[in-house]
Amino acid sequence: MLTTIHAKKGLQLVLGLLAGVVFGFLLQKGGVTKYDVIIGQLLFEDFTVVKIMLSAVITGMIGVHLLKSLGLAQLHPKPGSVGATVIGGLIFGVGFGVLGYCPGTLAGAVGNGYLDALVGGVTGILVGAGLFAALYPKLNVGLLNRGDFGSVTLPELFRVNAWVVVVPVAAALVLLLASLELAGL
Amino acid sequence: MDWITMTQWSPYAVGIGIGLLSCLTFLLSDKPLGCSTAFARSSGMLERLFRGAKVKEKPYYQKFAPEIDWEWMLVAGVVIGAFLAATLSGDFELKWVSSRWAVAFGPGALGRLIVAFLGGILLGLGARWAGGCTSGHGISGTLQLALSGWIAAMCFFAGGIATAMILFQVLAA
Repeated sequence: MLTTIHAKKGLQLVLGLLAGVVFGFLLQKGGVTKYDVIIGQLLFEDFTVVKIMLSAVITGMIGVHLLKSLGLAQLHPKPGSVGATVIGGLIFGVGFGVLGYCPGTLAGAVGNGYLDALVGGVTGILVGAGLFAALYPKLNVGLLNRGDFGSVTLPELFRVNAWVVVVPVAAALVLLLASLELAGL
Repeated sequence: MDWITMTQWSPYAVGIGIGLLSCLTFLLSDKPLGCSTAFARSSGMLERLFRGAKVKEKPYYQKFAPEIDWEWMLVAGVVIGAFLAATLSGDFELKWVSSRWAVAFGPGALGRLIVAFLGGILLGLGARWAGGCTSGHGISGTLQLALSGWIAAMCFFAGGIATAMILFQVLAA
Protein backbone atom coordinates (compact mmCIF):
# COMPACT_ATOMS: atom_id res chain seq x y z
CA MET A 1 0.00 0.00 0.00
CA LEU A 2 1.04 3.56 -0.61
CA THR A 3 1.28 4.33 3.11
CA THR A 4 3.70 7.24 2.70
CA ILE A 5 1.15 9.04 0.49
CA HIS A 6 -1.69 8.14 2.88
CA ALA A 7 0.19 9.78 5.78
CA LYS A 8 0.67 13.17 4.08
CA LYS A 9 -2.20 15.20 5.54
CA GLY A 10 -2.01 18.25 3.27
CA LEU A 11 -1.71 16.14 0.16
CA GLN A 12 -4.69 14.04 1.28
CA LEU A 13 -6.89 17.13 1.62
CA VAL A 14 -5.96 18.11 -1.96
CA LEU A 15 -6.64 14.56 -3.18
CA GLY A 16 -10.00 14.59 -1.38
CA LEU A 17 -10.92 17.84 -3.11
CA LEU A 18 -9.83 16.50 -6.52
CA ALA A 19 -11.77 13.26 -6.01
CA GLY A 20 -14.81 15.38 -5.10
CA VAL A 21 -14.47 17.51 -8.23
CA VAL A 22 -14.44 14.36 -10.39
CA PHE A 23 -17.32 12.83 -8.39
CA GLY A 24 -19.42 15.99 -8.68
CA PHE A 25 -18.62 16.33 -12.39
CA LEU A 26 -19.75 12.74 -12.98
CA LEU A 27 -22.93 13.11 -10.88
CA GLN A 28 -23.93 16.24 -12.80
CA LYS A 29 -23.21 14.68 -16.21
CA GLY A 30 -25.19 11.65 -15.11
CA GLY A 31 -28.22 13.86 -14.41
CA VAL A 32 -28.51 12.81 -10.76
CA THR A 33 -28.05 16.33 -9.40
CA LYS A 34 -31.65 16.84 -10.55
CA TYR A 35 -34.70 16.37 -8.33
CA ASP A 36 -36.78 15.09 -11.26
CA VAL A 37 -34.33 12.29 -12.08
CA ILE A 38 -34.08 11.07 -8.48
CA ILE A 39 -37.82 11.21 -7.83
CA GLY A 40 -38.31 9.53 -11.23
CA GLN A 41 -36.22 6.61 -9.97
CA LEU A 42 -38.16 6.31 -6.70
CA LEU A 43 -41.38 6.26 -8.77
CA PHE A 44 -39.91 3.66 -11.22
CA GLU A 45 -40.26 6.06 -14.15
CA ASP A 46 -36.57 6.75 -14.81
CA PHE A 47 -33.83 4.20 -14.09
CA THR A 48 -30.81 6.53 -14.34
CA VAL A 49 -29.99 6.30 -10.62
CA VAL A 50 -30.01 2.49 -10.59
CA LYS A 51 -27.95 2.31 -13.80
CA ILE A 52 -25.29 4.64 -12.38
CA MET A 53 -25.17 3.00 -8.95
CA LEU A 54 -25.02 -0.56 -10.24
CA SER A 55 -22.34 0.12 -12.86
CA ALA A 56 -20.31 1.96 -10.19
CA VAL A 57 -20.71 -1.00 -7.81
CA ILE A 58 -19.73 -3.58 -10.47
CA THR A 59 -16.64 -1.60 -11.55
CA GLY A 60 -15.60 -0.62 -8.04
CA MET A 61 -16.21 -4.07 -6.57
CA ILE A 62 -13.95 -5.78 -9.12
CA GLY A 63 -11.34 -2.99 -8.98
CA VAL A 64 -11.13 -2.65 -5.22
CA HIS A 65 -10.95 -6.43 -4.67
CA LEU A 66 -8.23 -6.58 -7.34
CA LEU A 67 -6.28 -3.87 -5.48
CA LYS A 68 -6.79 -5.81 -2.27
CA SER A 69 -5.58 -9.06 -3.83
CA LEU A 70 -2.48 -7.22 -5.07
CA GLY A 71 -1.85 -5.87 -1.57
CA LEU A 72 -2.44 -2.27 -2.71
CA ALA A 73 -5.60 -1.53 -0.73
CA GLN A 74 -7.46 -2.60 2.40
CA LEU A 75 -11.22 -2.70 2.88
CA HIS A 76 -13.07 -0.45 5.31
CA PRO A 77 -16.44 -2.14 5.80
CA LYS A 78 -18.67 -0.18 8.17
CA PRO A 79 -20.14 -1.79 11.28
CA GLY A 80 -23.90 -2.21 11.45
CA SER A 81 -26.80 -3.35 13.57
CA VAL A 82 -30.54 -3.71 13.14
CA GLY A 83 -31.11 -0.67 15.39
CA ALA A 84 -28.65 1.52 13.50
CA THR A 85 -28.63 0.29 9.91
CA VAL A 86 -32.29 -0.68 9.44
CA ILE A 87 -33.96 2.07 11.48
CA GLY A 88 -31.47 4.76 10.38
CA GLY A 89 -31.71 3.50 6.80
CA LEU A 90 -35.51 3.81 6.81
CA ILE A 91 -35.38 7.33 8.33
CA PHE A 92 -32.83 8.24 5.66
CA GLY A 93 -35.09 6.72 3.00
CA VAL A 94 -38.06 8.86 4.05
CA GLY A 95 -35.80 11.94 3.98
CA PHE A 96 -34.50 10.85 0.56
CA GLY A 97 -38.06 10.69 -0.80
CA VAL A 98 -39.14 13.97 0.82
CA LEU A 99 -36.06 15.99 -0.16
CA GLY A 100 -35.44 14.26 -3.49
CA TYR A 101 -31.67 14.34 -3.07
CA CYS A 102 -29.19 12.31 -1.02
CA PRO A 103 -26.20 13.97 0.70
CA GLY A 104 -23.82 13.62 -2.28
CA THR A 105 -26.33 14.60 -4.95
CA LEU A 106 -27.50 17.43 -2.67
CA ALA A 107 -23.99 18.91 -2.83
CA GLY A 108 -24.10 18.36 -6.61
CA ALA A 109 -27.51 20.05 -6.85
CA VAL A 110 -26.08 23.09 -5.03
CA GLY A 111 -23.32 23.25 -7.68
CA ASN A 112 -25.98 22.97 -10.37
CA GLY A 113 -27.69 26.10 -9.02
CA TYR A 114 -30.72 24.49 -7.39
CA LEU A 115 -31.77 26.76 -4.56
CA ASP A 116 -34.18 24.29 -2.92
CA ALA A 117 -31.10 22.13 -2.33
CA LEU A 118 -28.99 25.00 -0.98
CA VAL A 119 -31.54 26.84 1.15
CA GLY A 120 -33.87 24.00 2.22
CA GLY A 121 -31.82 20.83 1.88
CA VAL A 122 -28.43 21.89 3.23
CA THR A 123 -29.89 23.69 6.25
CA GLY A 124 -32.12 20.69 6.94
CA ILE A 125 -29.29 18.16 6.74
CA LEU A 126 -27.12 20.25 9.06
CA VAL A 127 -29.96 20.43 11.59
CA GLY A 128 -30.61 16.69 11.21
CA ALA A 129 -26.96 15.79 11.72
CA GLY A 130 -26.81 18.08 14.77
CA LEU A 131 -29.97 16.45 16.11
CA PHE A 132 -28.30 13.06 15.83
CA ALA A 133 -25.22 14.31 17.66
CA ALA A 134 -27.54 15.50 20.47
CA LEU A 135 -29.43 12.17 20.59
CA TYR A 136 -26.29 10.04 20.22
CA PRO A 137 -25.45 9.52 23.93
CA LYS A 138 -28.97 8.19 24.59
CA LEU A 139 -29.25 6.14 21.39
CA ASN A 140 -25.79 4.66 21.83
CA VAL A 141 -26.61 2.94 25.12
CA GLY A 142 -29.61 1.22 23.62
CA LEU A 143 -31.17 1.21 20.18
CA LEU A 144 -28.01 1.66 18.06
CA ASN A 145 -26.54 -1.59 19.40
CA ARG A 146 -29.66 -3.76 19.08
CA GLY A 147 -29.02 -6.68 16.74
CA ASP A 148 -25.36 -5.79 16.24
CA PHE A 149 -23.69 -7.65 13.35
CA GLY A 150 -20.37 -5.78 13.27
CA SER A 151 -18.38 -4.84 10.19
CA VAL A 152 -18.70 -8.24 8.55
CA THR A 153 -18.49 -8.63 4.77
CA LEU A 154 -20.51 -11.15 2.76
CA PRO A 155 -17.43 -13.34 1.97
CA GLU A 156 -16.59 -13.40 5.71
CA LEU A 157 -20.18 -14.26 6.54
CA PHE A 158 -20.19 -17.19 4.09
CA ARG A 159 -16.57 -18.07 5.00
CA VAL A 160 -15.41 -18.07 1.38
CA ASN A 161 -12.75 -16.32 -0.69
CA ALA A 162 -13.94 -12.83 -1.70
CA TRP A 163 -13.87 -13.69 -5.41
CA VAL A 164 -16.42 -16.46 -4.83
CA VAL A 165 -18.88 -13.65 -4.01
CA VAL A 166 -17.51 -10.89 -6.30
CA VAL A 167 -17.89 -12.87 -9.54
CA PRO A 168 -21.52 -14.03 -9.14
CA VAL A 169 -22.66 -10.67 -7.69
CA ALA A 170 -21.03 -8.82 -10.62
CA ALA A 171 -22.64 -11.26 -13.07
CA ALA A 172 -26.07 -10.88 -11.42
CA LEU A 173 -25.85 -7.07 -11.50
CA VAL A 174 -24.79 -7.09 -15.19
CA LEU A 175 -27.78 -9.33 -15.94
CA LEU A 176 -30.08 -6.98 -14.04
CA LEU A 177 -28.81 -3.98 -16.05
CA ALA A 178 -29.14 -5.94 -19.31
CA SER A 179 -32.74 -6.87 -18.48
CA LEU A 180 -33.55 -3.21 -17.71
CA GLU A 181 -32.24 -2.29 -21.17
CA LEU A 182 -34.14 -5.16 -22.82
CA ALA A 183 -37.32 -4.03 -21.09
CA GLY A 184 -36.72 -0.56 -22.58
CA LEU A 185 -36.38 1.11 -19.17
CA MET B 1 -13.89 17.48 -26.78
CA ASP B 2 -17.64 17.47 -27.48
CA TRP B 3 -18.20 15.15 -24.52
CA ILE B 4 -17.18 17.84 -22.07
CA THR B 5 -19.99 20.17 -23.22
CA MET B 6 -22.62 17.44 -23.51
CA THR B 7 -25.54 17.94 -21.12
CA GLN B 8 -25.85 14.30 -20.23
CA TRP B 9 -23.56 11.28 -20.45
CA SER B 10 -24.55 7.65 -20.60
CA PRO B 11 -25.39 6.46 -17.07
CA TYR B 12 -23.05 3.50 -17.65
CA ALA B 13 -20.11 5.78 -18.48
CA VAL B 14 -20.85 7.81 -15.34
CA GLY B 15 -21.20 4.68 -13.19
CA ILE B 16 -17.97 3.13 -14.50
CA GLY B 17 -16.26 6.47 -13.85
CA ILE B 18 -17.47 6.51 -10.24
CA GLY B 19 -16.33 2.89 -9.83
CA LEU B 20 -12.84 3.75 -11.14
CA LEU B 21 -12.76 6.84 -8.93
CA SER B 22 -13.53 4.58 -5.92
CA CYS B 23 -10.54 2.40 -6.82
CA LEU B 24 -8.33 5.49 -6.99
CA THR B 25 -9.45 6.80 -3.59
CA PHE B 26 -8.80 3.37 -2.02
CA LEU B 27 -5.35 3.30 -3.65
CA LEU B 28 -4.22 6.89 -3.08
CA SER B 29 -6.11 7.89 0.09
CA ASP B 30 -7.10 4.58 1.75
CA LYS B 31 -10.66 5.98 1.84
CA PRO B 32 -14.02 4.94 0.39
CA LEU B 33 -16.25 7.63 -1.14
CA GLY B 34 -18.78 8.94 1.38
CA CYS B 35 -20.58 12.23 1.90
CA SER B 36 -22.57 12.37 5.12
CA THR B 37 -19.89 12.78 7.83
CA ALA B 38 -18.91 16.07 6.15
CA PHE B 39 -22.37 17.44 7.01
CA ALA B 40 -22.09 16.15 10.59
CA ARG B 41 -18.68 17.80 11.00
CA SER B 42 -20.01 21.05 9.48
CA SER B 43 -22.95 20.97 11.85
CA GLY B 44 -20.50 20.63 14.75
CA MET B 45 -18.36 23.47 13.37
CA LEU B 46 -21.42 25.75 13.14
CA GLU B 47 -22.52 24.81 16.64
CA ARG B 48 -19.03 25.64 17.88
CA LEU B 49 -19.41 29.17 16.47
CA PHE B 50 -22.39 29.69 18.78
CA ARG B 51 -21.59 27.57 21.80
CA GLY B 52 -17.80 27.57 21.84
CA ALA B 53 -15.23 24.85 22.41
CA LYS B 54 -17.44 22.76 24.73
CA VAL B 55 -19.19 21.41 21.63
CA LYS B 56 -16.07 19.30 21.06
CA GLU B 57 -16.82 17.47 24.31
CA LYS B 58 -20.07 16.03 22.97
CA PRO B 59 -19.57 12.26 22.67
CA TYR B 60 -20.49 12.26 18.97
CA TYR B 61 -17.93 14.93 18.14
CA GLN B 62 -15.30 12.97 20.03
CA LYS B 63 -15.90 10.32 17.40
CA PHE B 64 -16.27 12.70 14.43
CA ALA B 65 -14.31 15.84 15.32
CA PRO B 66 -15.89 19.06 13.99
CA GLU B 67 -13.02 19.88 11.65
CA ILE B 68 -12.14 19.76 7.98
CA ASP B 69 -10.97 16.33 6.81
CA TRP B 70 -10.61 14.34 3.57
CA GLU B 71 -14.33 13.67 3.26
CA TRP B 72 -15.22 17.32 3.93
CA MET B 73 -12.93 18.31 1.06
CA LEU B 74 -14.59 15.63 -1.07
CA VAL B 75 -18.04 17.17 -0.54
CA ALA B 76 -16.67 20.67 -1.25
CA GLY B 77 -15.21 19.21 -4.44
CA VAL B 78 -18.59 17.74 -5.43
CA VAL B 79 -20.13 21.25 -5.38
CA ILE B 80 -17.27 22.57 -7.56
CA GLY B 81 -17.30 19.58 -9.93
CA ALA B 82 -21.07 19.77 -10.46
CA PHE B 83 -20.80 23.53 -11.01
CA LEU B 84 -18.08 23.01 -13.64
CA ALA B 85 -19.98 20.24 -15.42
CA ALA B 86 -23.22 22.25 -15.45
CA THR B 87 -21.53 25.45 -16.61
CA LEU B 88 -19.60 23.72 -19.43
CA SER B 89 -22.85 22.37 -20.89
CA GLY B 90 -24.92 25.50 -20.22
CA ASP B 91 -27.02 23.48 -17.77
CA PHE B 92 -26.35 25.73 -14.76
CA GLU B 93 -29.45 27.62 -13.66
CA LEU B 94 -30.60 29.22 -10.44
CA LYS B 95 -33.92 27.56 -9.76
CA TRP B 96 -36.17 27.16 -6.71
CA VAL B 97 -38.58 24.49 -7.93
CA SER B 98 -38.09 21.64 -10.42
CA SER B 99 -40.69 21.00 -13.12
CA ARG B 100 -41.84 17.64 -11.68
CA TRP B 101 -42.48 19.28 -8.32
CA ALA B 102 -44.26 22.25 -9.90
CA VAL B 103 -46.65 20.00 -11.82
CA ALA B 104 -47.58 18.02 -8.71
CA PHE B 105 -47.52 20.67 -5.98
CA GLY B 106 -47.49 24.05 -7.72
CA PRO B 107 -44.71 26.49 -8.59
CA GLY B 108 -44.48 28.22 -5.20
CA ALA B 109 -40.96 28.27 -3.74
CA LEU B 110 -42.00 28.45 -0.07
CA GLY B 111 -43.82 25.11 -0.01
CA ARG B 112 -40.92 23.38 -1.71
CA LEU B 113 -38.42 24.98 0.69
CA ILE B 114 -40.32 23.84 3.78
CA VAL B 115 -40.59 20.29 2.45
CA ALA B 116 -36.92 20.27 1.39
CA PHE B 117 -35.92 21.50 4.85
CA LEU B 118 -37.97 18.76 6.58
CA GLY B 119 -36.59 16.14 4.18
CA GLY B 120 -33.08 17.40 4.86
CA ILE B 121 -33.55 16.99 8.61
CA LEU B 122 -34.63 13.36 8.17
CA LEU B 123 -31.80 12.76 5.68
CA GLY B 124 -29.14 14.14 8.03
CA LEU B 125 -30.59 12.35 11.04
CA GLY B 126 -30.98 9.05 9.17
CA ALA B 127 -27.56 9.17 7.51
CA ARG B 128 -25.75 9.56 10.82
CA TRP B 129 -28.09 7.07 12.52
CA ALA B 130 -27.29 4.47 9.86
CA GLY B 131 -23.62 5.48 9.78
CA GLY B 132 -23.56 6.37 6.09
CA CYS B 133 -25.50 7.55 3.04
CA THR B 134 -26.13 6.56 -0.56
CA SER B 135 -22.40 7.02 -1.26
CA GLY B 136 -20.83 5.60 1.91
CA HIS B 137 -23.21 2.64 2.27
CA GLY B 138 -25.00 2.52 -1.10
CA ILE B 139 -21.92 2.57 -3.34
CA SER B 140 -18.81 2.14 -1.17
CA GLY B 141 -20.35 -0.32 1.29
CA THR B 142 -21.96 -2.53 -1.35
CA LEU B 143 -18.83 -2.60 -3.52
CA GLN B 144 -16.81 -3.79 -0.51
CA LEU B 145 -19.54 -6.42 -0.02
CA ALA B 146 -20.15 -5.10 3.50
CA LEU B 147 -23.31 -6.55 5.03
CA SER B 148 -24.12 -3.12 6.52
CA GLY B 149 -23.91 -1.53 3.04
CA TRP B 150 -26.34 -3.96 1.39
CA ILE B 151 -28.87 -3.75 4.25
CA ALA B 152 -28.62 0.08 4.36
CA ALA B 153 -29.03 0.41 0.57
CA MET B 154 -32.20 -1.71 0.68
CA CYS B 155 -33.63 0.36 3.55
CA PHE B 156 -32.74 3.67 1.81
CA PHE B 157 -34.64 2.66 -1.31
CA ALA B 158 -37.53 0.98 0.54
CA GLY B 159 -38.10 4.18 2.55
CA GLY B 160 -37.53 6.42 -0.47
CA ILE B 161 -39.84 4.52 -2.80
CA ALA B 162 -42.67 4.34 -0.24
CA THR B 163 -42.34 8.06 0.53
CA ALA B 164 -42.20 9.17 -3.12
CA MET B 165 -45.24 7.02 -3.92
CA ILE B 166 -47.23 8.52 -1.04
CA LEU B 167 -46.21 12.05 -2.07
CA PHE B 168 -46.85 11.75 -5.79
CA GLN B 169 -49.52 9.08 -6.08
CA VAL B 170 -51.61 9.75 -2.98
CA LEU B 171 -51.07 13.34 -1.83
CA ALA B 172 -50.61 14.94 -5.27
CA ALA B 173 -53.33 12.91 -6.98
